[in-house]
Amino acid sequence: MDKGAPEGAKQVLGADDVRRATTRIAHEIVERNRGLDGVALVGVQRGGVWLARRLAEAIAEIDGSHVPWGSIDVAFYRDDIAIRPVTPAAVSELPFDIDGATIVIVDDVLFTGRTIRAALDALVEYGRPAAVQLCVMVDRGHRQLPIRPDFVGKNLPTSADETVVVTDLGVTIG
Amino acid sequence: MKHLLSIDDLTLDDVDRLMELSDHMSEVNQRANPKVPALRGTTVCNLFFESSTRTRLSFETATKRLSGDVLTFAVSESSVNKGESLRDTIETVAAMGVDAFVVRHGSSGVPQQVCRWTSASVVNAGDGWHSHPTQALLDAYTVRTELGRNAGFDGLHLAVVGDIKHSRVARSVSRLFAKLGARVTFVAPTTLLPVDPEFDHTADLDNVIGDIDVLYLLRMQRERMREALVPNLGEYTTRFGLTPERAGRLREGALVMHPGPMNHGVEITVDPAELPGAVIGHQVSNGVAVRMAVLFDLLGSGAVAR
Repeated sequence: MDKGAPEGAKQVLGADDVRRATTRIAHEIVERNRGLDGVALVGVQRGGVWLARRLAEAIAEIDGSHVPWGSIDVAFYRDDIAIRPVTPAAVSELPFDIDGATIVIVDDVLFTGRTIRAALDALVEYGRPAAVQLCVMVDRGHRQLPIRPDFVGKNLPTSADETVVVTDLGVTIG
Repeated sequence: MKHLLSIDDLTLDDVDRLMELSDHMSEVNQRANPKVPALRGTTVCNLFFESSTRTRLSFETATKRLSGDVLTFAVSESSVNKGESLRDTIETVAAMGVDAFVVRHGSSGVPQQVCRWTSASVVNAGDGWHSHPTQALLDAYTVRTELGRNAGFDGLHLAVVGDIKHSRVARSVSRLFAKLGARVTFVAPTTLLPVDPEFDHTADLDNVIGDIDVLYLLRMQRERMREALVPNLGEYTTRFGLTPERAGRLREGALVMHPGPMNHGVEITVDPAELPGAVIGHQVSNGVAVRMAVLFDLLGSGAVAR
């Protein structure tokens, strides 16, 4: 999220916590996908992109493997076009073959699940992955669709009207 | 935005937003399956009262690539021939449930008029001598991508050559490029210049040919010859055509553009395929992306208050 934390927001994770969570998730991705063969990370524009890059760096440090990463914009696949203003962020960049790959979709916050639904639809336009996994820094609950993450930085109980902001400097809620 | 009627209605922010959206649409168009579900459930009606191939097909393709439905209204086969008024036609089609009208008409101001008769969005696809905003936007997008001009056209020199007076393309292109910071020069015989030209003008193409970044050739319409505004097409070509000799004096990297359809042998006597700066084919493919951006902005992202 590029918007700043709202006034009076409460910091729930600091920069160190986010860094440690990133390293832990990187370990989990390596463990779950032995050999990392055919694994690629796809960050959801915008909030997921920096995290996908960080995870690729962390995996390289742990394992020495080069895991390709890219970004995907899901605006044209959303189900709330013409209900609220929907504007694309940055053009999707997937510099690797999706067919047969194991794709880890990466986002900052998992909330209703609708963005991930859109991301799944957007992703399959580029090919047929062998499997798709989901990684988020914060799972804040309130799901409206049957979507569940495979890798989570932090489970954060929230009320539906709170705003959660995740950056590499930390996580705030308010 | 609710309507796109003229370049004059667009702020620089609007132009920027449409250009950025066009980048997204170009990416969609490069895919094996160039289609997104963004405008599912919307219907766009093409109302063309004047003949057109590329603009009509371009809007049709743009709508389909956004998963919208297209109604194409061919005036020659319609009840307009039975004397139905424009207003009745619009109200009838609107009653079928149309979200946007794309209107081309030989008279200036018709798209503005259509807005008053329907709650749907209206896109001007060319009205009389007045305006052709999507053509100007696709031309600006072409220059922006070909010359890497994302930040605007400051210092860019555009020459528009041909029948400036009767051309909605010339009017829209020159105003949009000027809005983006370009210097504009009209090149035309005085009979084909407006009475009070908005921009610098000359009747000598050779004066400017070595000093421009974009050479924009207009279609020379044959009826202008009947009206005796140009003595004959041969002389027009000699004075205003892009000949091999003139092509050799273009700056390195200068672009050559044409809105089509081209009169080979009149405004251009070189084969565009052999001109390194000719981007006429790119204009056509960018046209689809830019029209997708306009439709998405009118019916999708811009349909609710930001």
